[in-house]
Amino acid sequence: MIELHGIVKRYVLGEETVLALAGVDLHIGRNEYVALIGPSGSGKSTLMNLLGCLDSPSEGSYILNGRDTSSLSEDELAAVRNREIGFVFQSFHLLPRQTALQNVMQPLVYRRMPPLERRRLAIEALTKVGLGDRLDHRPNQLSGGQRQRVAVARALVGQPSILLADEPTGNLDSRTSAEIMALFDALHAQGQTVIVVTHEPDIAAHCRRTIRVFDGRIVEDTQNPARAA
Amino acid sequence: MNVLGEAFRAALASLNAHRLRSFLTTLGILIGTMAVIAVVSVLQGFSASISSQFSDLGSNTLTLEAVNEQENFRSGQINTLSFDDVDVLRYKVTGISRVAPIISTPLRGASYKGRNVTPQVLGATEESQYVLNIDTSIGRYITASDDKGGRRVVVIGTEVRDELKMPENPVGEFLLLGNEWFRVVGLLEKRGEIFGFSQDNRVIIPFSVARSLTGIFDRTFMEVSFTITDLTQISQVRERAIRAIRTNRRIAPGKEDDFEIKAADSFVKQFEQITATATAVLAGIVGISLLVGGIGIMNIMLVSVTERTREIGILKALGATRRDILVQFLLEAALLSLLGGIVGIVLGLLAGMGIASLIPNFPPAHVPVWIMLAAAGFSALVGVVFGIAPASKAAGLDPIEALRYE
Repeated sequence: MIELHGIVKRYVLGEETVLALAGVDLHIGRNEYVALIGPSGSGKSTLMNLLGCLDSPSEGSYILNGRDTSSLSEDELAAVRNREIGFVFQSFHLLPRQTALQNVMQPLVYRRMPPLERRRLAIEALTKVGLGDRLDHRPNQLSGGQRQRVAVARALVGQPSILLADEPTGNLDSRTSAEIMALFDALHAQGQTVIVVTHEPDIAAHCRRTIRVFDGRIVEDTQNPARAA
Repeated sequence: MNVLGEAFRAALASLNAHRLRSFLTTLGILIGTMAVIAVVSVLQGFSASISSQFSDLGSNTLTLEAVNEQENFRSGQINTLSFDDVDVLRYKVTGISRVAPIISTPLRGASYKGRNVTPQVLGATEESQYVLNIDTSIGRYITASDDKGGRRVVVIGTEVRDELKMPENPVGEFLLLGNEWFRVVGLLEKRGEIFGFSQDNRVIIPFSVARSLTGIFDRTFMEVSFTITDLTQISQVRERAIRAIRTNRRIAPGKEDDFEIKAADSFVKQFEQITATATAVLAGIVGISLLVGGIGIMNIMLVSVTERTREIGILKALGATRRDILVQFLLEAALLSLLGGIVGIVLGLLAGMGIASLIPNFPPAHVPVWIMLAAAGFSALVGVVFGIAPASKAAGLDPIEALRYE
């Protein structure tokens, strides 16, 4: 489903050119549960941005569901993000003035979906993450764990190919972290492809496959033993 | 529409989230539109009232007047119309239906039971009633037989009756004008004021009587109003009248006319021109104030875009295109300035009414609907124009940078 071939990413910082990714080849199949780990500055975030179609590679090709995305325009990338990628961020990134329901409906707005349909799907997604009774709460009326659930619901509402989570438990205490990871496990069990970017080993341990990035290259790619539930 | 509706809702929510800031931002637009609506409402009210008062004089009425240069008054060589001029119009020019000469007599002072007033004393014929559209509310107007018989009768304005404390129905009372007693036969309809000059402080006596009374003075100040049979022939009749009067007054070819034939509505036109000029000047001032208001909006919108950088990043990550973001911010700017414009219009109307009611005898404020629509539309346009820079800044943000923004 995801195929990266010879991905190189360079940034120009003033006079200097930084090589963030120095040739990455990667294949991730449907319904995989992948942890992307590596220290800061390793190119892990750059890789995540590329996978999430927030950025385009300098060289190489990124084939997502059989479509080469490396030469798409900015607006075409926006459409790909809208349909194929569900983002979950470390600091939730909810729209502060909007209710949980409105937050979850937002991606569907860009799909030109009629309001009633948006509402139905959003309620469904929020119910799925256990927040069916918090539809009209604003982010500041929700706990950290609940906010992250809203974010997960928002990521899932459009039925994306990939759930892409960037340090999803970084701002949560251990108990809430466990809840969120349990949610991810359940989603994976239902057939969702999940990629989690993290630096915490016990979060990575939830995943079935661990990809370690260092100095802009993949240095390790291992299958984890299935966890005893 | 769906997306636009969503953007509209988002724009409203964001303005509502910063109510005070939104209000202050749009204050420039608000004050600008308020000023224009207030002034326009007063001007238009004034102009509407002038027009309606002058429409009493039919548009098929022309008026012949003598023309005097400043010099004439200094040298005492005052130019007046002669009674022959009246006859020329009456008998020698075709296409004229009624001729109403009116003498403005030099008589000053009218007395009744020891009280004195100084009305304008006019001498007029029966025709003047139709030509000038004057009517009486009590009694009758000057008739042809009054004129023929030289009767000492008078029709008075309501102000004269009131000032002299005459009975409500003054018909049959006697009034002393100059050295002669006149019997009141009618009361003129109340007409109000034009430019603060009362139209009711006057009395009308038969033309022949006025003529004989003013015979004792050097000059007769007279103007002649006349109606045209066929309105479409108005300029031809005017030309013919000018030629005939020139011949009668023996004006050598090549010399300028010493008289003038005016259309009754020329004053109205002149006034409308003044109003139009004032409105144009005003529009310029408002343009500048809206420009300033627009810059204010642009400034705050730029700040707002910076503040909401992360939010924009989120929307982009969720799949918003450049256009989605652009539309949302443009709509926000337009809405902001439209709201300012609407509040400004309402306050301007109130201010206009306030001003009109504070000045005594001032006509009520009046604003044509198209001016309000134009003001609202223009303020929204200002929002769009000055929203372009902030909105394109927002639309052009790099999602990765924007998401990282703290």
